[in-house]
Amino acid sequence: MATMNILVAVCLAYVALLFGVAFLAERAARNGRGGWLSSPVVYTLSLSIYCTAWTFYGAVGYAARSGLEYLTIYLGPTLVMVGWWWGLRKLVRIGRTQRITSVADLISSRYGKSGALAVVVTLLAILGSTPYIALQLQSVTLSFAAFAGEDSLTPPFGDRNATAFWVAVGLALFTILFGTRNLDVNERHPGVVIAIALEAVVKLCALLAVGVFVVWGLAGGVPQMLARIDASALTAFQPDGGRWVALTFVSAAAFLTLPRMFQVLVVENADERHLRTASWAFPAYLMAMSLFVVPIAVTGLELMPAGSNPDLFVLTLPLSQGREGLAMLSFIGGFSSATSMVIVASIALSTMVSNHIVVPLWLWLRGDQEQGALGAPGAGGDLRQLVLLARRLSIAGVLALGYLYFRLSGGGAALAAIGLISFVAVAQFLPALLGGIFWRGATRTGALTGLCAGFVIWLYCLLLPSFGAGILPQAVLENGLFGLTWLRPEALFGIAGLDPLVHAILWSLGLNTLGFVIVSLASFPTPLERLQGAQFVNVFQHSQTAQGWSGGLAQTEDLMVMAQRILGPASAQDFFQAEAARQGLKGYLPEPTPEFLQRLERELAGSMGAATAHTMVAQSMGRAMVSVDDLMRVADETQQMIEYQGQLEVKSTELARTARQLRAANESLTQISVQKDAFLSQISHELRTPMTSIRAFSEILRDSGGMDEAARQKYAGIIHSEAIRLTRLLDDLLDLSVLENGQVSLNLREGRLSDVIDQAIAAATAAGTPLAIRRNPLAAAITLCTDLDRLVQVFINLIANAQKYCDAPRPELTIAVSVRRGRAIIDFVDNGKGVPRAQQEMIFQKFARVSDMKAGGAGLGLAICREIMARLGGTIAYLPGQGGGAFRVTLPLRAADTGPDRRPDRGPDHAVDLPAEPLV
Amino acid sequence: MTKSVLIIEDEPNIVEAIRFFLIRDGWQVASHGTGDDALEAIRAQAPDLVILDVMLPGRSGMDILADLRADPATVALPVLMLTARGQARDRDLAERMGVSRFMTKPFSNAEVLDALRQLMPD
Repeated sequence: MATMNILVAVCLAYVALLFGVAFLAERAARNGRGGWLSSPVVYTLSLSIYCTAWTFYGAVGYAARSGLEYLTIYLGPTLVMVGWWWGLRKLVRIGRTQRITSVADLISSRYGKSGALAVVVTLLAILGSTPYIALQLQSVTLSFAAFAGEDSLTPPFGDRNATAFWVAVGLALFTILFGTRNLDVNERHPGVVIAIALEAVVKLCALLAVGVFVVWGLAGGVPQMLARIDASALTAFQPDGGRWVALTFVSAAAFLTLPRMFQVLVVENADERHLRTASWAFPAYLMAMSLFVVPIAVTGLELMPAGSNPDLFVLTLPLSQGREGLAMLSFIGGFSSATSMVIVASIALSTMVSNHIVVPLWLWLRGDQEQGALGAPGAGGDLRQLVLLARRLSIAGVLALGYLYFRLSGGGAALAAIGLISFVAVAQFLPALLGGIFWRGATRTGALTGLCAGFVIWLYCLLLPSFGAGILPQAVLENGLFGLTWLRPEALFGIAGLDPLVHAILWSLGLNTLGFVIVSLASFPTPLERLQGAQFVNVFQHSQTAQGWSGGLAQTEDLMVMAQRILGPASAQDFFQAEAARQGLKGYLPEPTPEFLQRLERELAGSMGAATAHTMVAQSMGRAMVSVDDLMRVADETQQMIEYQGQLEVKSTELARTARQLRAANESLTQISVQKDAFLSQISHELRTPMTSIRAFSEILRDSGGMDEAARQKYAGIIHSEAIRLTRLLDDLLDLSVLENGQVSLNLREGRLSDVIDQAIAAATAAGTPLAIRRNPLAAAITLCTDLDRLVQVFINLIANAQKYCDAPRPELTIAVSVRRGRAIIDFVDNGKGVPRAQQEMIFQKFARVSDMKAGGAGLGLAICREIMARLGGTIAYLPGQGGGAFRVTLPLRAADTGPDRRPDRGPDHAVDLPAEPLV
Repeated sequence: MTKSVLIIEDEPNIVEAIRFFLIRDGWQVASHGTGDDALEAIRAQAPDLVILDVMLPGRSGMDILADLRADPATVALPVLMLTARGQARDRDLAERMGVSRFMTKPFSNAEVLDALRQLMPD
């Protein structure tokens, strides 16, 4: 029992180490110090999750049972890595340009972002992976039992199921912690990758150590070992040519299509040049893993008592020789193999389940009754939460399924058999996958047909018979379905005599491919399929793409609302701002050009899969799906551009960009010239109105005798307050003029942002209509060095504006503070109707008022704010898409004093600003 | 018989000043502060004369004037227009629309009274 306790302690310590490594790697990656995390070596090592517990323990068992056939499992991937790395490169490039999140996403995306295909692939992947996960749980459980020193076929200490259960729970926890920490745009998990790379090293070392012990410790050297191998029964096995070819082929296919392999090979790939290293390093790793398999098997058969489970020789051999330390290492190696596989497999499966089943279902359920849900204000980020929750639940679900299978299957079957059944299941993706990236004629219907055919045959010929007479009645096994002998599961169409595995591979993949090709040829692809097909097949010719949202239909602001909920407000705003800048526009709202919509869709696809992202963009565009004609036009244009006009494309992009800039400048000029006219009459109006009252009442006081004292007092009071109003207006004009001429010197001081906000709130709310203010003083507890008084002035203005213009029944203002890249960002968001799109830029002009409602001011406030912020090295802008009136103030944490004579850099719209002279 | 005048103006202080010296001069004075429903107020009160501001909340004085001149019932109603914008263009526009008198703010109380007396001889 003491050994058991040590074993558990070692396990826990090892897991703690993995936690630590994963945690540190995540942190390094987040802080941008993670360069070494994405090295070719780490990439190669992460590929080694191909070697699961099945390989670690099972290969020896396989060799003991069937001789050298176990090599086929290594041969397939080696052939792929060495002979087909150009194909892998294409796969990885497609994965990166299309932001592919899983094998289901790839296939669905290629065939016109088909939801149905994604669901089929996801279900098949779950079915294929569940037994595999069960297998890992079983191997950990068996190895525990072996350590307990008891016969591994009888339940060891306590309950064997309990062991499997706790292993499953622990793995779910680890995976949820590091696999769903955040919704990465790239679906990469640096913490997990580095942990599995570490596990790859551990399992290799463990297996090599056992091998070295067997060859030099037990056999006494290489010549003696070779002699023993010659003498053993292993060499007597006659290799079955058919099985060799079939198994090599299936393992090569599975290497590409296993969800976990696709995850590390394509999704987690940070740089396609890593493939170069992996193309020789990974086969070398496989070779090292298989080096000692035969010696261990031969020695195990020789030394261990008859009837011992050869699947556990790696562990029981050192144990029987009293080498507890080595056995412990070997145990940890097996443990590593099992855990790394389960972690990555459940991440990959949960991504598929949440992206292709849960989220689309949710969208579909909400889609009809709550069309406006996407544009609903104030609910930022709840979709992210949904996706994360779906992932976490899926991970738990996948592991629960694995555990369930383990309980139901009783954990008896030989490891290798289960593994091969899984391989054949996922190999069914191969025709659709390869056809998708090499054959433009492949269609969605073809892919569906092939997948379904292969799936049914796999189920009938391989999975169900593997349960023995448990599920398929003996009569069906012997006489075929409905008594039709040509439907016998192990001899379809009367072709008997084949090995059942080869038989199943032949028929399932054969009919799969046949169905895929014939139906593809017979069916006509939709325009979207053709476009996607062209992009996948010709991925190297054009990494720039076109799949056509026609511009002008979408409201960019709606898209921004949606993007904020999926990508998070900060990334979404950055993305929109960058896109606007790319089009040569200022602010946060780019024009909805097809290129922009496409990039947005791809950005979203990184979080939710291509099919879902497509649907979401479609929904936000008011369900204005692209018409077939639009797509055909875009397709033709794209094709022509690619073939004949690569150069012209660049130029026309530039032209369009210049034209957009010109149009924006022109609009701005026209608007400003209209405003310049309005300016003179405005200033006249603002000055003459108080003067009218003053003149009229002073004439009354002068000319009317016999007024009573109360009336006299009252009229003198009016004259006084109107005079003050006039003064304040002149002060504002003067302030603005001074600011515009850059003659003001800043009074830079250090202070806390929260104090500045306090001061502004106190000043603004002392008089004026009540307004509920929501803020988080902790977030604002940052120190600024700037002109604090001027900043207070800006904040007062914004709060006062909310008081005046917020038209909600219960006006509310949220002040949110964040710091990014050395700049403080302060958002003032109210719950009113906000500023209409057309006026969002105009409100910063002098005398601009949103409504004709006289709200007291002269319309100079925001113009002054803008000048102040420019002087402080910051900005003030209207922030669209927040569900209310929203202003964003940004400023550097430390302002540089530009001196009174230098005007700060100003944008092009300032060049046509009105002259300041008439103001003073 | 006292003559009635309706002041359509949104600045309360200006309304109060005009009201004061018109009452002293023997007028019957009413006032209205918004532009969008000014036309209804004029029709309901049927004053002898209207003092109309140009920049009104809801609707411009120019539009109100155009409507008054389009309606046979008010086509001849004397309208004194007051504006704080004081541009020649505004005056031209108002005169083309058939304003009776056009004055810029700030005005002299005496001039306003004179203008009203001219528009409404006894």
